[in-house]
Formats: sequence, C-alpha cells, structure tokens
Amino acid sequence: MAPSGRRLRLLLTTVLASAVAGCGGPFPQTTLAPRSDLGAVVDTLFTGIFWWAVVVFAIVEGLLLFVIFRYRAREGAGPPSRLHGHTVLEIGWTLAPALILVFIAVPTMRTIFATAAPAPAGALRVEVIGHQWWWEFRYPELGVVTANELHLVRGRAVQLEMTSADVIHSFWAPGLGGKRDLTPGRTTRIVFTPDSVSEYAGQCAEFCGASHANMRLRVFVQTDSTFAAWAAHQLTPAATPVRGSLAERGQDLFAHGACIACHTITGVPQARGTVGPNLTHVGGRTTLAGATLPNTEEWLRRWITNAPYLKPGSLMPAMPLPDDQVAALIAYLQSLK
Amino acid sequence: MKSWLTTTDHKRIGLLYFWTALVFFLIGGLEALVIRAQLAKPEGIGVSAEVYNQLFTMHGTTMVFLALMPLSAAFFNYIIPLQIGARDVAFPRLNAFSYWVFLLGGLFLNASFVAGPLFGAGHLSVAPDAGWFGYANLTSRQFSPGPNVDFWLLGLQILGIASLAAGFNFIVTILNMRAPGMRLMRLPAFSWMTLITQFLVITAFPVITVALVLLMFDRFFGTHFFVPAGGGDPILWQHLFWLFGHPEVYILILPAMGIVSEVLPTFSRKPLFGYTVVVYSGVLIGFMGWGVWSHHMFSVGLGPIADSVFSATTMLIAVPTGVKIFNWIGTMWGGQLRFTTAMLFAVGFIGMFIIGGLSGVTHASPPADLQQTDTYYVVAHIHYVLFGGTMLGLFSGMYYWWPKMTGRKLSETLGKWHFWLTFVGMNLAFFPMHFSGLLGMPRRIYTYGPELGVTRLNQVSTAGAFLIGVAVLVFLVNLWWSRRRGEIAGNDPWGGATLEWAISSPPPVYNFTVIPRVENRLPLWQTEHHAPMAPLPATPPAPIHVPGGSWWPMVTAVGLPLMAIAALSHQLWLVFVGLAVVIAGIYLWAYEPFEV
Repeated sequence: MAPSGRRLRLLLTTVLASAVAGCGGPFPQTTLAPRSDLGAVVDTLFTGIFWWAVVVFAIVEGLLLFVIFRYRAREGAGPPSRLHGHTVLEIGWTLAPALILVFIAVPTMRTIFATAAPAPAGALRVEVIGHQWWWEFRYPELGVVTANELHLVRGRAVQLEMTSADVIHSFWAPGLGGKRDLTPGRTTRIVFTPDSVSEYAGQCAEFCGASHANMRLRVFVQTDSTFAAWAAHQLTPAATPVRGSLAERGQDLFAHGACIACHTITGVPQARGTVGPNLTHVGGRTTLAGATLPNTEEWLRRWITNAPYLKPGSLMPAMPLPDDQVAALIAYLQSLK
Repeated sequence: MKSWLTTTDHKRIGLLYFWTALVFFLIGGLEALVIRAQLAKPEGIGVSAEVYNQLFTMHGTTMVFLALMPLSAAFFNYIIPLQIGARDVAFPRLNAFSYWVFLLGGLFLNASFVAGPLFGAGHLSVAPDAGWFGYANLTSRQFSPGPNVDFWLLGLQILGIASLAAGFNFIVTILNMRAPGMRLMRLPAFSWMTLITQFLVITAFPVITVALVLLMFDRFFGTHFFVPAGGGDPILWQHLFWLFGHPEVYILILPAMGIVSEVLPTFSRKPLFGYTVVVYSGVLIGFMGWGVWSHHMFSVGLGPIADSVFSATTMLIAVPTGVKIFNWIGTMWGGQLRFTTAMLFAVGFIGMFIIGGLSGVTHASPPADLQQTDTYYVVAHIHYVLFGGTMLGLFSGMYYWWPKMTGRKLSETLGKWHFWLTFVGMNLAFFPMHFSGLLGMPRRIYTYGPELGVTRLNQVSTAGAFLIGVAVLVFLVNLWWSRRRGEIAGNDPWGGATLEWAISSPPPVYNFTVIPRVENRLPLWQTEHHAPMAPLPATPPAPIHVPGGSWWPMVTAVGLPLMAIAALSHQLWLVFVGLAVVIAGIYLWAYEPFEV
C-alpha cells in the first residue's frame, strides 16, 4: 500500500476516533504512528489488509442491505424464487475470497521473515527482564543496569533479548513496533531501529497478575551523543550525599533498613538486593513504580509509605515510617541523579 | 417438582438448560457491567485490581462455559429430537446427567464469589482471577497461592464431563435416531451444525481436560509440567489450551450458524441456498478449526515458520466462513422477507459476524497481530464474533423456537425493542474498542491513565454496554409477558419446513403420534418437486411407551462437585465419599428397571 494510502487510513481512523472520542489525542501509545523500521513495515502491512477489509466490508454489507430492502415481503408479489443453489456462484464466491487472501498472505509471509532477520552488526543489545510488576533493562556491552525507562539510540538497531524472572509478560512500546512475550526459561528477541528522537510510552501486554495494569514503561530514543553521556553517567557509582545533609541521613537509613533486602545502589556496599529495581540513579528517572507515577517528592512519599496501595500486590511492603525518616529517604533518593 | 428433578424428557431438560444458562448469562452480564463501570473513567476506583481480575476471569469463563454453550445445548435438547423425528435422545438419563453436572459445575464456580470466609478471606477474594485462558505459570501455586485457580480448574473439569456426556449423546442421537428416510443429506442445517459441534466437543474437551489435570498435578502434588524452574514449560499450556480453545470458538459459533440457517429460509420463504455447500463448509470449518490454534500465540515468538503456517491456515478458514455468508445472502435473494424478531436477529448476526470475521483476518497476519493481540482491538473482535455472532444467533433461535417450546409466541413489539436496543448497544459498546485498542489500550487492565487519550472511547463503550443491559431487561419482560399473554402458536406459527413444526406446541411427551417417513429435505413445504407431508394423526393410534424419570443421574452428578470440594479443602476422605456417590449412582442407574 502506498504511503498516501497509509496517510488516508491514518486520517480516516483518526477522524473516526476523534468523532467518537471527541478529542484528537495526543495518543502516546498509538499503533498508527510508527517511529521505527519494524513499526513501519507492520503498519504498511496492516494498512494493506485494512483496505482489503474495507472493500470486502463494503461489498458484503452492501449486498446484505440491498437484499434486505429489495426483497422484503410485499403485497401481491409473485411467489419467491425456488433457487436451491448455483454451482458457478458457489465456485465464484469460494475463489474470490481465496484470491484476496493471496494478496494478504504474500506480503504477510514476506514481513514475517523480514522481521525475523538477525540483528545487523553493531546493533545495541539490551537484556529485558520482566518482573511482577516492573522492567529490568541491562546493557551487557555497556555494563549499565536500569529499570522501567529504556534508553535507545536514534538510527542504531537494537536487539532486545527478553526473558522473565517470574511469570509471562509482554513488552510493548507501540510507537516502536509490535509486542513480544517475555517467558521464564526462554529468551525471545525483537529487533528494530528507532528513527526519531522522542519519548515513547508502553506497557506490559500479557496479563501477569494483580498489577498487570501498573506495569508500564518509557522509552527514550536519543541522539548518539546524548545516549553516550547517559550511559557513561549510569556507570558512575551513586552520588555521595553532603556530610550532615538530610540526604546523608537518608542514605544511612537506606543502608541499615529494609530497603537493602531488595535494592542495589552501586557505591553503597550494603545495598545489593536484586529483587527490586536498581536505584543507583533513580533520581535521574522521570517515573516511579513501573513508570506509573511521576518521580516527584510527593509521589515518592506515597510510594515509600504505602506501595501496595498504589500498586496492588506489590512485593514492596507498606512502610509506616516517621515523617522525618521518610523525608530523609526522599532527599537521598532524589539526590541519586 | 419431583418430576422435574427426575425428568429424562429431552424437552424438559432443554428448558432446564435454557433457564439455568439464562441465569448464568445474567450473572456474566452483571460482571461485564461492573467491568464497564470501572473503565468508564481513567483511574477508576470502583473495584480493586484483585476484584477486577476476578470479574473479567469469571465474565469470560461464565459466558463461554455457562451461558453460550448451554444456551446452545438448550436448543440441542429441545429441537434436535424434534427435527430428526425421534421420541427422545439416544440416552435420556445420560442427558439428565449432563444437565445436573452442568448446573452443579456452574454453581461450584460461582460459589467462589462468596466462599472467601471459608478460606479465611473476605467475599470477592477467592474467585478465579488468572483469566479464562489461565496462562501458566501465573496459575502455579507460587504465583497464585490461593484457592482461586483451584476453583477454576476443578470447575472446568466438572463442566467438561457435562459437555462430553452430551457430545456423545447427541452424536449417537443424530446418527441413529433419525426418522425413516431422514438421510444425512436431508438433515436440517441446524442438526448438521449440531452434529459437527458435538464432534468438536468430544475431541476438544479431552485436550483441555489433560491440560487441567496436569495443572492440577502441578498445584496439588508439586509436579512441574508448566513450571520452568522445574524443567516444565509454560508455553506447553498455551499449546494445549488453544488446541482446545480454537475448536471451542467453533463449538460456540456453529450452533448459531445452524440456527440462522433455519431462520433465514423460513422467513424468506425459500430453501437454504446451497444446502450441500453450507453443510460441507461447516464440516470443513470443523476440520480446519484444529489447525489454527497458534494464531493465539503470535506474540510468543514461535519462529517465522510456525507463524507463517498458522497464519496461512487461519486465512484459509476464512474461505468456508465467507462461503456460508454468501449462501445466507443467496437464501434471502429473490425471497419474500418477513422481518419478524427472529429474522432481525438472524440478519443482525450476518451483519455483525462479517465485521468480526474481517477484523479476524487483520490479526491472522502475525506482524499486524503483534500490534493488536492483547489489546482492546481483540476484545472488539471476539465480541463481534461471540456477541454479534453467537448471541444474536441464539436470540434469533429463542424467538423462533419459543412458540414451539411453550406454545406461545413472544411479543413482536417487545422483541423489536429488544433487537434494536441490542443492535445499537452492541455497536456502541464494541465498535469503539477497535479504536481504543489501536490507540494503545491493552486488555485486562483495571485502570488506565487519562494521558492515554481513550477516556471518551471507553465512556461510549460503557454506555453501549448498559444499553445492552436494558435490552436484556426488555427480553426478560418479554419472556414474562408471553407466559400468559403471548399469542397461541399452534403447530406451525412461522411456516417452517422441518419436522418440529409438524406437531403441537409444546409437543406431547412422546413428540410424534406416529414417526413420520421423510421423503425430502423440506417435508412441510410445497415445492415444485413435492407436496407437503400428510398431517400426522392428532392422537397416537397405539399407546406409546415413555420411560419414567430417574433419580440416579442427579445423584451421580452430585458426587463430582463433592470430589471437587474435597480437593479444594484438602480432605482426602471426602474425595472417597464423592467417588463412592458416583460409583453407587452409576451402579444403581445401570441396574434400574427399565419400566418405571
């Protein structure tokens, strides 16, 4: 399908959606505005099938409507036709759909094999590990470990190598292409090249338990230099708080509290837990709690004191700490840029 | 009362199936309305995540196993023996057994909503909550420690027994109990689709039974069939579940296709166009339905070869389905269409099923499906197929056969309100879901953010769902109204062609005063080839023996939920009590004197 067809389809669906929705977006998780090579081929394929479906829909529903109005019972009409069947017609309406399906099947098969091709040399490798209910991203070649916010490079192919630490999840960042399941005991992969510097929203697409709805993610596609700077910063140990500051008290509470059972902070020897997200640079992230909450002081307070309220089923327990301790922890976590 | 508990009359069992399934349909509908109320605004807080997950799991499970299948079964029971010219089904007591097992299985599943206190938890806390598809390894003891999944896997095993018993019963009935002259190619289309459905039931239900037994072993005895840490494979569950699950889709849709293939000819005053092709395409769908299951698993990453093969088979199955649609349009072509409520629902079925079929083709293409699967786009698809398809077909059947089943017609005025409210409601509810899915809304989420931009779409869907609710209320009023005030139907209120219209409404317990001899496919119609069949005598020329009722089918059925309760509560002795009840029930059943 030509790009003009895609634009027309985009226009049509947007207009229809706007008519129904009463607003024109923005739609951060739309599948109809792809920003990667994978997204583009999938969208082209879908556009083609969509138009075939529209044509068939128009013909068959039109035929149905015609019959309904043309042949409704009328006074004084002659007896109904006694036609029991018609071999030529039967063959015709068997072959016609089969023929249309060929036009759908051939591009489908091509796209299947094209999108299954191995990653090109020089592709960025990222290990994606699904957890109930957050995402762990590891860059094995860079040594970077982060959570919920994936950083990628514009124009550089990426291979996501995905598995799960518990149950089946599914990685889905609609703007960058289709989804792929994360299955415990297996490694699945998906390869694509993002083509625009932007921020993308996504979320888990396979039902994975109580807080499935709260397992979201962000993807930041950056220029080569921005990405390199980000990665270099991620490799530095955590910031050391100023002596006597509130943040230092927070670090002390963190290092001697329950936090270390689940969280790692590089540079804090006690904090080596791996059950929860790595917090070495948590202050530099834009979101909290599986990318469901903005990373602000207020949301951090609510999250620390009562995580299961915000994320049902959360492994992180509610922590009814005194206000001054919570404030210290917040100051510390926010300092970990 | 006793006569209903012990009945083996296929007509009474059909009515029992109908009323029971209708109640479960209302429960499943209420679950849907709570779901829709929750999604009416972003960050909805009507119900918690845990309750929401129970609601969508039970909505799916209820509608598939407790509403759509048994509503079809109501018609199998009531209509099939009448259509084929039989006095009853082949195994009347087994038929009663199927019903009681279905009822008890449904009660067992729904008891989970209120059973919380027995497990030291609140109400609405131990109902199944892992989805109607119950994907491993979320269902393992480790990730679902409560009794929720136990209720689900035990309940489905019970219901499977009911379906299997009924499946064998109807296959034997249709193959062996046909009236003289009723050759297979003279079978009414509904009987044909039923026969195909029952073959799918007896072949597909063993597959899910195996899967459920393996899951039960994992959960109760610590095996690791689906546990990756123990060398098991959660993907194995998906293969087994969908190997059952896709034939199940055809188990749900083929009976409705059969109903439509009866209603359209009657109200077009024309024989079914291309009867042979309709029958063979049904058979073909039945076979091909076995070769498409992995299209539910394109996001798993099975590799390009598997994806291509299952994509091709899935596209192919669209061909016999399309052929049926063209034949239905061909049936109406040149006819004299009478738009009774039954006909409206049948035509609505065609119109809506086309939409469901076409969206199905868009996700038969694996790369395209990767953007669609597990989103509201697929929720739209299945509801166009199962509500727009199966449910409209079943409503059509209700308006068509209600006069036969009760002797009175349903109100056409209320019926038209019912149809139009349903039609508008379902399109308002389900059409916007195509957009919310394509705009990035995943399914099975109890909450979504306002930034997603799908709030208004969801509000429209919710409004539509409640409109369907109003339509269902109109239908209930209609059922109530017709009890006393419905127009007396007589033998044949619609001018049908098949044998059920040759006898009184409701039929006497023995059905036919004399078993008719069938000479052609349209025995009650005047055609250019033949005259209508001679009327049957009003009273039987000789006394007709009808078997009496039996308690043992129900007693035997009671043993099964007993065993399930035993497993739930980990009481080994109770397992043996349940087993003893089953064995005693079967023994006494087998040795029950034939003449009662």
